[in-house]
Amino acid sequence: MLGYYFDLAIRSLKRSPGLTALMILIVGFGVAASMTSYSVFRAVSGDPIPWKSSRLFVPQIDMWGPKGRLDATNNNDPPDAMDYLDATALMRDHRGKYQSAMYRVSPSIVPPDAHMHPINVGGHAVYSEFFAMLDVPFKYGSAWAADSDAQRAAVVVINAKLNQKLFGGNNSVGKTLDIDGKDYRIVGVLDNWTPKPVYYDVVNTGGFTADQEDVFLPFTRAIDVDMQNDGNTNCSEIPKGSGFVGLQQSSCVWISYMVELDDKAAVSSYKNYLDGYFNDQKASGRFNWPLNNRLRDLPAWLESEHVVPSDTKISLVVALGLLIACLVNTAGLLLAKFLRRSSEIGVRRALGAPRMAIYTQFLVEAGTVGLTGGVLGLLLTWIGIHGISWVLPKEIASLARVDLNLLALTLAVAIIATMLAGLYPTFRASRVQPALQLKTN
Amino acid sequence: MDIQPILAALRRHKAGTILIALQIALTLAIVCNALFIIHQRLSRMNEPSGVDEANIFVIQNLWGEQYSTQEALERIQEDLAALRQVPGVQDVTPSNQYPFKGGGWDNLITLKPDQRTETTDASYFAGDEHFLGALGEKLIAGRDFRPDEVQSRGLREKMNPSVAIVSKPLADKLYPHGDALGKSFYAMTSAPVTIVGIVDVLQRSDVGTWSVPYAGESMVVPIRMAMPWGGYYIVRTKPGQLTAAMRAAPKALYAENRMRMIDSKDGVLSFAEVRHRAFERDRGMAILMSIICAVLLAITAAGIVGLTSFWVGQRRRQIGVRRALGATHRDILSYFMTENLLISLAGVALGVLLTFGLNLWLVTRFTLSVLPLTYVLGGIVILLLLGQGAVFAPALRASRVPPIEATRPA
Repeated sequence: MLGYYFDLAIRSLKRSPGLTALMILIVGFGVAASMTSYSVFRAVSGDPIPWKSSRLFVPQIDMWGPKGRLDATNNNDPPDAMDYLDATALMRDHRGKYQSAMYRVSPSIVPPDAHMHPINVGGHAVYSEFFAMLDVPFKYGSAWAADSDAQRAAVVVINAKLNQKLFGGNNSVGKTLDIDGKDYRIVGVLDNWTPKPVYYDVVNTGGFTADQEDVFLPFTRAIDVDMQNDGNTNCSEIPKGSGFVGLQQSSCVWISYMVELDDKAAVSSYKNYLDGYFNDQKASGRFNWPLNNRLRDLPAWLESEHVVPSDTKISLVVALGLLIACLVNTAGLLLAKFLRRSSEIGVRRALGAPRMAIYTQFLVEAGTVGLTGGVLGLLLTWIGIHGISWVLPKEIASLARVDLNLLALTLAVAIIATMLAGLYPTFRASRVQPALQLKTN
Repeated sequence: MDIQPILAALRRHKAGTILIALQIALTLAIVCNALFIIHQRLSRMNEPSGVDEANIFVIQNLWGEQYSTQEALERIQEDLAALRQVPGVQDVTPSNQYPFKGGGWDNLITLKPDQRTETTDASYFAGDEHFLGALGEKLIAGRDFRPDEVQSRGLREKMNPSVAIVSKPLADKLYPHGDALGKSFYAMTSAPVTIVGIVDVLQRSDVGTWSVPYAGESMVVPIRMAMPWGGYYIVRTKPGQLTAAMRAAPKALYAENRMRMIDSKDGVLSFAEVRHRAFERDRGMAILMSIICAVLLAITAAGIVGLTSFWVGQRRRQIGVRRALGATHRDILSYFMTENLLISLAGVALGVLLTFGLNLWLVTRFTLSVLPLTYVLGGIVILLLLGQGAVFAPALRASRVPPIEATRPA
């Protein structure tokens, strides 16, 4: 029976090609606009490490107190980064399963090939547990050993792209690399690890950045050689001392921190530890304001840092508005189309077709319009996603992708939405009085 | 024209009428808000920077190794000398940042040293006695820096500038009565900073939305920054010589000292390119909203054409009867035009509520500003005209229905 209705639908749609084309165009454009915006939203709001994000936490300590609330929109939140004193104290106490303090660096590298100019690279100074905590994939070698942190060893992990540039993609583990004029031994090469957003350090990268992450080296070593931080430095007061040491002694925040806590008990004991740490500092006279710590898991942290650009959200809402307007429009056109066939319905009903049959017939017709509109929508979505790089910044546009899920979703949205739009017109069609129709004819 | 019969007829097409009105309401809500967003972005993109944009380019110069402050200072002096030799170069200054750079330094500003909450926030430019000249900035009050005032500082060395040149918006924020010159303020400093000069416009380095309350508030201190990793050179050329000088400048620098990094893509930027990059997101958003507006208006118009055409087809016989009873072409035409106007008016009435609802949501969620009434009025006019335009063709067809239709069976 469904096949027959489908056949009827095709015939009916062919009878008024103008109206049919109009409906298909409207559904197609509406779906494509919303799916294109959705693909961008999906790309920037996705979980960068879904298997582990609920076990990764970002501690925040209120080392500035009430006078340091720069941003009134941030709900009385403590600073979103750490000063050197607290970051290193937390590392020393080592209460999580894995943890790492980190800061962004941008050193220069003198390539081993003497013909090449020095190059400027980006990266992070981290602790050895950073790699295990974030399940960083290695192509060659591995992370440096934990004692390299303590020894402030001159070791480095490089990313695949830099390895390609400097060593032609070969295994470079064991080779030396000149970073800021000092030799570092390469211990590992990453397998092209470029998570988006850069979730481990959204404070300094904003989450989405065109900057590369080329090198990772020990935090302790970077501090030792005065490797300057390339990220943000926020101060509630000007540091008393000068130079990099002055920064380390100040309450300026410039260090990101992440800790892995595997179960509820670990989370609550870490929370207690963090509160205890604050209270100890308070008792020693460093703070004179109430406890105001935070311990957010990664999804909550990304939310609180507004990693998803507000433009993306606004675009999605506006595009959904467009889709709804398209559906209202389609509903109007379907209503006109269905009621025009009142006499046909009258005949069918008089010959004994139950209301249900009319329902099915017209919903199939609506669904057919939806399917065709969906196919057009797929094409337009594909064009939209490839054209979006013309409109959005590269680092965001390049994340939007067409994949099977998106294709299936586009079709499903088109069909379901059109059938929803067809519900009321179908209802009206099914209420047609057979007697009345037969009489007027 | 009597609208009673039209209302009576519409009552027989309740659902269709409501759907068109709803469509118009949604369109109004989205188009008004989108147009407002477009306007805001465009006006942000077109803000004057205060600098001589046509003749300025910026070099980001990174050393091949980390220098001490003293070494860096010597290199900077050599570089400045080399750049001044480049044909077409009018002036050059080293700086920590430039307007519309994106990100950068800013300091909290207070009027008293022990003030608990800040008065405002200013973008913090460090420049020498060539800064104003190299940017093409014009003083509207006071004086430029004297060479002997300019101090040299390395990264995170204590800075206690005693004088500053400020932008007019900052001067007005601190001293609203226009008497800022010669007065002082604190920029997270222990000693007061005296305002010795005021420039009309000097845009901030950061372009983020957080600094919107401090728009245009900038200060320049007489400090030559010698960073261990390098810095920016702002170069102003003689009119018409920008392109040639942009090509020659990095060559001159490399010829003078090879141990440096000037990125081939981003290392040398004309100010036009700086502006282009700074407002990439705003431009993108404006384009996106324009596309959505255009699609939405087209769809709404098409929907009105489609539904009215259907109604005309449905009422051919009634139209025939009216024509037979003496109604003119014009009567029929104006019947359908008026019908559409009534539906549109109902639609925009609902639409105004939706418009402010959507705006309110955007204001609370995304700190957008409140929609000015002119946008709503403009949107209403656009939609009424769109409706009348869309209904014209079907209405014209209706007016051509011959009276003979009255005698044909439906």
